[in-house]
Amino acid sequence: MAELLFYVFAAVAIGGAVGVVMSRSPVASLLFMVATLASTAGIYVLLEAHFLAAVQIMVYAGAIMVLFLFVIMLLNLGHDYERDIRGTVAMVVGFVVTGAIGGLLAWQLGGGTAGLSTNLGSGDAIDAALREHGAVGAIAYPLFTDYVVAFELTGLLLFVAIVGALVLAKKAS
Amino acid sequence: MLAESLVVAGAIFVLGTLGVIVRRNAIVMFLCIELQLNAVNLTFVAFSRYVGIEGQVFVFFVMTVAAAEAAVGLAIIISIFRHYETVNVDKFNLLRW
Repeated sequence: MAELLFYVFAAVAIGGAVGVVMSRSPVASLLFMVATLASTAGIYVLLEAHFLAAVQIMVYAGAIMVLFLFVIMLLNLGHDYERDIRGTVAMVVGFVVTGAIGGLLAWQLGGGTAGLSTNLGSGDAIDAALREHGAVGAIAYPLFTDYVVAFELTGLLLFVAIVGALVLAKKAS
Repeated sequence: MLAESLVVAGAIFVLGTLGVIVRRNAIVMFLCIELQLNAVNLTFVAFSRYVGIEGQVFVFFVMTVAAAEAAVGLAIIISIFRHYETVNVDKFNLLRW
């Protein structure tokens, strides 16, 4: 069952990614992106990252994508249906670069995953933490002990981002 | 499920890279960068199941940085749109010879 669900989510995620790249309208791209993010959240659940799946749906597919949609609507790009894919040179460059990256990844994954799995153990490294603290506590405990400085810096980063976005988007007076 | 997740993440990352290179619409390029970040997040989660919870903590930070980046990047796009009345990156030619 989990395997079948995984393949369904993986197909939707990759199909959505293709849709993001191929669709003409920015709004359609964005809706494909939401499909990709939602099915990635499904894969997170199957990989026992329940809290991150919830955050992915609420923050990523909810807040960030609505921000994108808001900007598309604000700039009135919703009916911008002309093809905006670049010419032959950029296409060749794109396929060479992505072919190189994809080839390297396939080479690594094709040879190495059997060794990878045996080196990493059987997939129960996270079960103990989940049993002990629960789905939220398992991620909150390291977040507020070992990584508390990084967590506070994240708050600072968000503050700077808010101020920067306001300054950049403000009308020059 | 580790190897399959890594394959899916690799495919999504490659598609995101392709989108950044071949599209001209700045907002769609930005969406493709989010796609790449999402692929890396999937890799982190897949490995965190085998290595420990730290991978998920890292994904949490990546999501926050992605949110901050989206806010600032969209503000930049709005500010450029005010000058050029378009989001087509070929029209942003101030630094071109």
